[in-house]
Amino acid sequence: MATIKVTRPKLTAGEKIYFGSIFKGMIVTLKHAYRSLRGKSVGSKELASSGLGITMQYPEQKWDEHLPEYYRGVPALVTDEQDRERCVSCQLCEFICPPKAIKITPGEIPNKDEWAHVEKRPQSFDIDMIRCIYCGMCEEVCPEQAIYLRPDYVVTGNSRSDMVHDKERLYEIGGKRVGLVNKWNKLK
Amino acid sequence: MDIPFLIATAIKIGVFLGVTLTFVSVCVIFERRFSAIIQDRVGPNRTMIPLSILGFKKDVALPIGGLTQPMADGLKFILKEDFTPDYVRKFFFWLAPCMTMVPALVTMAVVPFGSPMEIGGQIIPMAVADLNVGPLFIFAIASLSVYGITLAGWSSNSKYPFFGGVRSCAQMISYEIALGLSIVPILMFFETLNLGHIIEYQVNNGWLLLPLWGEGLSFHRVLLMIPLGISFFIFTTSIFAETNRMPFDLPECETELVGGYHTEYSSMKFALFFLGEYAAMIIGSALIVTLFFGGWSIGFGLDNLLPIGAWWVSLLHIGVFLTKVTLFCLFFILVRWTIPRFRYDQLMNLGWIVFFEAALINVIIMALMLAYPYQPVASGIGAVLLIIATVVLIKIAKSVLQKPNALGSV
Amino acid sequence: MSEETTATAEMKLPKDLAAEKGLVNVQIDGHWIQVPRGTRMIEAAKMAEKEIPHYCYHPKLSSPGNCRMCLVQMGMPPRPAPGQDPTYGEDGYQEIGWMPRPVIACANTVAENMGIRTTGELVEGFREGVMEFLLINHPLDCPICDQAGECQLQEFSVEHGRGSSRFKEDKIKKPKNVDIGANIRLDDERCIMCSRCIRFMDEVAEDPVLGFSQRGTNTAVTVHPGKRLDNNYALNTADICPVGALTSNDFRFQMRVWFLKETKTIDVNCGTGCNTVVWTRGNEVFRVTPRENNEVNSAWMPDSHRLSFHHLHSDSRLTSPMVKKDGTHHETSWTEAISAAIEGAKNLQPDQIAIIASGRMSNEELFLTRQLATALQTEFLSIVPRNGEPDHKLISADRNPNTIGAQMIWETENASSKLGMIREGVKSGQIKAFFVFGENIVKHAGFSEDDLAQMDHLVSSHILANQTAAASSVILPGAGFAEKRATYVNITGRLQRANQAILPPGNAREDWETLAALLSALDENYTAPASMDGVFKQLATEISTFSGQSFGSIGDLGVKIAETGVTIPLIEQEKARVESGQITG
Repeated sequence: MATIKVTRPKLTAGEKIYFGSIFKGMIVTLKHAYRSLRGKSVGSKELASSGLGITMQYPEQKWDEHLPEYYRGVPALVTDEQDRERCVSCQLCEFICPPKAIKITPGEIPNKDEWAHVEKRPQSFDIDMIRCIYCGMCEEVCPEQAIYLRPDYVVTGNSRSDMVHDKERLYEIGGKRVGLVNKWNKLK
Repeated sequence: MDIPFLIATAIKIGVFLGVTLTFVSVCVIFERRFSAIIQDRVGPNRTMIPLSILGFKKDVALPIGGLTQPMADGLKFILKEDFTPDYVRKFFFWLAPCMTMVPALVTMAVVPFGSPMEIGGQIIPMAVADLNVGPLFIFAIASLSVYGITLAGWSSNSKYPFFGGVRSCAQMISYEIALGLSIVPILMFFETLNLGHIIEYQVNNGWLLLPLWGEGLSFHRVLLMIPLGISFFIFTTSIFAETNRMPFDLPECETELVGGYHTEYSSMKFALFFLGEYAAMIIGSALIVTLFFGGWSIGFGLDNLLPIGAWWVSLLHIGVFLTKVTLFCLFFILVRWTIPRFRYDQLMNLGWIVFFEAALINVIIMALMLAYPYQPVASGIGAVLLIIATVVLIKIAKSVLQKPNALGSV
Repeated sequence: MSEETTATAEMKLPKDLAAEKGLVNVQIDGHWIQVPRGTRMIEAAKMAEKEIPHYCYHPKLSSPGNCRMCLVQMGMPPRPAPGQDPTYGEDGYQEIGWMPRPVIACANTVAENMGIRTTGELVEGFREGVMEFLLINHPLDCPICDQAGECQLQEFSVEHGRGSSRFKEDKIKKPKNVDIGANIRLDDERCIMCSRCIRFMDEVAEDPVLGFSQRGTNTAVTVHPGKRLDNNYALNTADICPVGALTSNDFRFQMRVWFLKETKTIDVNCGTGCNTVVWTRGNEVFRVTPRENNEVNSAWMPDSHRLSFHHLHSDSRLTSPMVKKDGTHHETSWTEAISAAIEGAKNLQPDQIAIIASGRMSNEELFLTRQLATALQTEFLSIVPRNGEPDHKLISADRNPNTIGAQMIWETENASSKLGMIREGVKSGQIKAFFVFGENIVKHAGFSEDDLAQMDHLVSSHILANQTAAASSVILPGAGFAEKRATYVNITGRLQRANQAILPPGNAREDWETLAALLSALDENYTAPASMDGVFKQLATEISTFSGQSFGSIGDLGVKIAETGVTIPLIEQEKARVESGQITG
């Protein structure tokens, strides 16, 4: 075990009284406040400041144009280029979901269906957006590339049930994603 | 007692209470927005009056920068569930918030808000009670607020509030001594305990810390700035400690004690603590302004050019006074966001070992300085003795304040 | 003297010491152990706590050795040249000469001084190769495959596979989602040709409808033309299928297995009392599978029994106690229902009251029923017999799971002997009140609805709404088989324990609580046991057959507490096959 002896710095009498430092500190704070008031804080330009500090004023101003490619907003289901539900309800997302926000009822695809050979799809797929923590684990675990975190972030509702996204809503948000796995659609 | 006096007093109580409470909420919004600006944020800026609940078609967002936020906050506090835990000492639990709020408001009674007003030939001082023992009254009443916090901590029957209460009790008692002693030199200088007279002196002879007109421009006054400056410093710092403000907010420091003495409180009872704290801050500022910065005086001898007694002059002076208090409140906030919280032992050391002695010595310095013109020799001997005593005191203080070694033992 | 014997013992070689006990010495991964002569290598490894991955091998079935997954490296001492004596090392063993090629561990038996390596570069290479071959045509549809999570192909490909495929050609397409029977779905692409299902249907179910067709990579499991896999044991093939080729229609796409909680319990559909595992998520049962118990059900169970759990989630479950008022039933509290049940019987003579219990009730419930009969001073106490055709495998003729228990606890030769008397009493109008527990006596005991209508007082406890409940003045909802802890005695006299997997729905209670409440209401001096264990403790002290038993002592596999002379045909068959060396058992 290496013991490092740290010697305390020798302080002058002025430093010991620390009155000057406090005064200096207050000047610094004031300067910062003044800069913030003028909207010249560090990073205010990059963060599209509203002119006060670095904060943006939502909802008048929105972050949408600045959203990075990898932004993790609401999770949603996507369809493939032939409008097939990518989700086969393997329930891995339900399993991995840390706050247990996902609830899937699996179901069988009837024989008459165009996609009968896929055999399985969700009967219902609910994501409780009150619970969702936007961690993206569902996207990561999905073997069918069926669930994605979309850049949408405005999730509002007047009741708890409003905040539960059902399958229809999830597909509406998700839309279509092309050029992914082609296991089921026989495009390969 | 005559009827007009009673009526005037009643009106004054009403107005000052209203002004103080309004000022408290204004202080809250100031604090929030100033903090926000310091921290590169915006703060509450868009609370508006919801006209739509009154039947109007649209809510109007007035460009007042969130000034209605305190109203919304107050409404929220009133409408919230007033929850009293099962295991508390009910009577004291209910008493504690009042014990915090009331002393803070009562102390306001002796502070002159403005110059006296002349109505119908009667001169009405712009203080609810123009007492001859103003500062003493303030200290006496303000000391009571420690009971509120201590009772809150104890009656909550919960460990963190208890710690908060004990800390607050020790802290307030400790700093009261420094507070009291630091004001002695000032009273020695003014030779009065009437706050109205203190202000009048400053109107004519320059503010205590800004002696630029009247008799203020004498060499004697400049010399006296030394003990008065020390007094100001100790007094201001002690006010910070007394009001449990940063950097002395140990009774309610969230990182250690959840919410401190008011952890178990909710709704309006919590709001009373909250308001009490801000009221204490305002009365502290008012006191500093009155004692050191001329109270309602505009300064630079300008007051004497105005017809004292006219109603508009009084109002103007009230405005000046409130402006000064506001500036001091902003200073409180600035300090809050600049200086980190003290450790509890540092706090106690500062109170007992530094401020107490410093204030004591300061009293003697003041006495010697005031006595010098009359008793030069005795004052000189006194000064020498004082220097020796000071050196000895510093030695003792140093040995007491010795840093613990690596093993933690002294 | 002792010195002499020690000297001889020291001179004895390990092989001689083992041979005295009928054992042989085997070195497994460097450690010598003694195993019985004739043990298969895979079982010997299991004894040494070494797992050898395998697909086709099943201890209850013959070993064709066709999956090749259990390849291990084997070694024997070199054969001595003529005239040469074997040489022994310091530890008394001969040096092992390792073979450079693998052998299958499932079909080979151990021999003296044999060495087995279950790890090492060579063995891992074998396994990786076999895994790669098995996965060549695998469709990799784990996301939709019900086996995912309990699939040995998944497990072993993680443990022993190479992680990525080198196969660039097109995969062979085979039939998927084939309807081959009422309960079973076949997916040939997933099949790895282990033939477990074929052997099971042939050897255990004795209904050989499955077989391989085609050759080479086109080999596929099929049903015999014109036949279907409709045997009552067909679902066992889904259990033993190591992959997702055979899956249960009933459990198909219901829930992923990793969400399910396993509760060890027993089947209550017949006197055999097959040991089972109930798979639940939340308060819902998703499937029931057999659990190995070589004294009761080997590793199998009939489909009809395993699919009978659906009544637990039936819409006609009784969820709240009800009291009949002005011809209609009203939901009420337990306290009121119990007092109503007792009030109605108070004004009647003891010989006007009859108690009909059920052979489906547990020992504890039957015990409390007996106490209730004593408290009511009635002679009329009977269970309802329930008989059917035995299938000479696992389903016994007695479809009550606890007839033996009723006989033991009521200390009678025939627990249903009084049923005739009760019928007479009802006909003559002597019996005015009925307490019915766990039975629909209209359907199963031969009473008519008119019989029940003329009763002054009818208290019934059941889990489902039925004709008896409709006629009852007081309805006390009960708990189904997976909803309570209980003990049962099967037809061979084995005391077995059922465990609670889910909670009874709504306000329904475990039946022993209902009975204890009735007893408390009847008799002020009665102190109800605090728990199920308390009832069993009382039972064990009062009934000699059960003495010394406790919930803990029963264990997962049960204990035999009496000899009834009854045997389970399938177990007997299995014993014979073990003895003849066909299977390891």
